[in-house]
Formats: sequence, C-alpha cells, structure tokens
Amino acid sequence: MQDITQTLEINYDYILSRINDRYTDAVMDHYEPFGMLTLTIKKESITDMIVFLKEDEILRFEFLTSLCGIHMPDNKGNELGVIYHLHSFIHNIRLRIKSFTTIENLEFPTVTPQFLCANWMERETFDFYGIIFKGHPDLRRILNMDEMDYFPMRKEYPLQDATRADKEDKYFGR
Amino acid sequence: MENTGRMSNVKIVESPEGHTGSGFFATSLDKVIGLARANSIWPLPFATSCCGIEFMSTMASNYDLGRFGAERLSFSPRQADLLMVMGTIAKKMGPVVRQVYLQMAEPRWVLAMGACASSGGIFDTYSVLQGIDRIVPVDVYVPGCPPRPEQVIDGIIKIQELIKNEPLRRRNTEEYKELMASYGIM
Repeated sequence: MQDITQTLEINYDYILSRINDRYTDAVMDHYEPFGMLTLTIKKESITDMIVFLKEDEILRFEFLTSLCGIHMPDNKGNELGVIYHLHSFIHNIRLRIKSFTTIENLEFPTVTPQFLCANWMERETFDFYGIIFKGHPDLRRILNMDEMDYFPMRKEYPLQDATRADKEDKYFGR
Repeated sequence: MENTGRMSNVKIVESPEGHTGSGFFATSLDKVIGLARANSIWPLPFATSCCGIEFMSTMASNYDLGRFGAERLSFSPRQADLLMVMGTIAKKMGPVVRQVYLQMAEPRWVLAMGACASSGGIFDTYSVLQGIDRIVPVDVYVPGCPPRPEQVIDGIIKIQELIKNEPLRRRNTEEYKELMASYGIM
C-alpha cells in the first residue's frame, strides 16, 4: 500500500474518476474555482462520501480542515448548505465538498464519528445557521450567548444590533 | 539636578476648605474622606481589547497613573473602588462585567474607556453589547478609539472630582436606590 501512494501522482481528474467509479450519481456538479476542486454532492451521500474519501487507501483525505454553513435565500430549493474542506496529507491536495438542502428540511448527517474536530465546527454551523446535524453528540450554541433566539448569519436577519440608539437619522441631519 | 534632600519636587494634595489656627485644622468629615478616597483609588482593569493596551501605557512610567494615587491595581473586585471597562464587551461577556460590578463593595465607581465600552463603537452588530451602561451604571465615559493615555488620565481626574464632591450619604439616597433598581441591582 505504501508503494502505491508514494509513487502515484494524484490529480483532480484521478480523484473525480475514482469517486465516480464508486458512486456513479452522487456528484451533481464539479468545478475548480481558484484552482481548487469543488464537488457538489447530494445530501444523502455525505456520510458515505466522506467515509470513502477518508478510508480509501489511495486518496486518504484524513483531515477535515473546515466545515461551515452557507445561506442563499434566492437559491430556491437549495437555500441552506454545508461546505466541507478535506485535506490529504500524503498528496498535499485539498478538496471542497458542497451540499445543499431546502430551508424547510434543516437536517444534515453529522460527520463527528469520522472526524472529532467536526464537533465544534458543526456546533458553530448550528449556532449561526440553525442547521441540525443528526447524530451530533452535543448540538448546542458555541459562540453566541445561550439566550439568543435566532440564527444571526441567516440573510433575513439584519447584521446591526436593533437596540443601537446613536444611529438615528436626526443625529446625521437626515 | 542636585539632590538637596528636601523633596522640593514632591507635590502633595491641597487641603480642603476649613478653619485653621495655631495647632489645629478643622473641616467636615466628608471632605476628608473624599480627599482620602480620591487620592487612593484602587482601579480594577477589565481590559478586553486595544483600549487595554493603551491603559498599560497609562500605567507605565511615561504617563504613570501612580501620580494620581491609583498605583495599586486591584485584580480582585472585593478590594476595588473603580471598575475600568476597557474594550469591546460582547453580549456573552455582559453577565461577567455585571458580576464583577456586583462583587465590588460600595462606594464603587465605573469608568467606560473607549467607543466600544461606551456605545458599542464600530461593532454595531448582533454579538456586541451596545455600551456597558445597559448593564451597569457608568460614572465617566472616555471617548476615543482607543483614547490616548492623556484622555484616560483626564477621565481619572474627573472620577477624582466625583469622589471628592460626593456626599457621604449619597449611596443611601432614594435617587441612588432608584438608579440601582433601574439596573435590577438591589
């Protein structure tokens, strides 16, 4: 096994073909913004795909560098998403995986059994976007105060604090 | 400079108004207590960001807050007279500031240093408390982002004036109790 990984040059085409060999219809779209391979996959295949990428003896994406949410209210039917960044130490290659869901169905599968570091990152994503990670061991707010009753990074909420008193128009001659 | 041994550069505070004569000086008790308190403030620095850095230089030798009797910083609220809140207070930090204030013994004063502590500053956002006067009463606001040490010293002098001129029974008045009650502090 060591010999294969050390001699083989891995490129994006190879990664794509290896994924497509295993899961024929999981990858819905792929492109390379700023030279980084980005896959859009179905929500149902996230767990399988991440287990495969981590445990595959050639690809070995063993490091989840980042996990975050995204909200695009104009993207009807795919409003909320989760983005995973995976890193393969042995090939020094990074991979971005996106997956979207509707605003009505906020559930995503957790990847904490595969990556312990996903614990806090999924809590943060829940904190800011309200995405519920099914199977997460301790899904509660992590950065915002516990009493907060909304998800502040959702686009329907204003960024500004509603209680700010010194930004009234009269102070600016408006 | 020649050392004359007479400490001619040392200035001591002026005595309050009163009657003086041969071998005695008479004045009112609250003036004496005010004088003593104003010139021995023990500040509690609650420094969360860049204003705290500016406060460090205020305490250091160039500006030397020790000249005003505030040499001894109290890192325990129990022994502190003056709570100096310096920096952005996130909403999650708010209850901590409040608890520190509650742990201080009366009489206690509060100085809000910089735009963030005074009004939220540039952080007009969901996570930042828009001024600490939403959770604790504030005596002196020092503007600036961050304020220079001179401004901090000016704020301390204003606190000293408040302390000197505070009637001894102010903390027992109805107005003061109402103010505390408006912050939910009994």
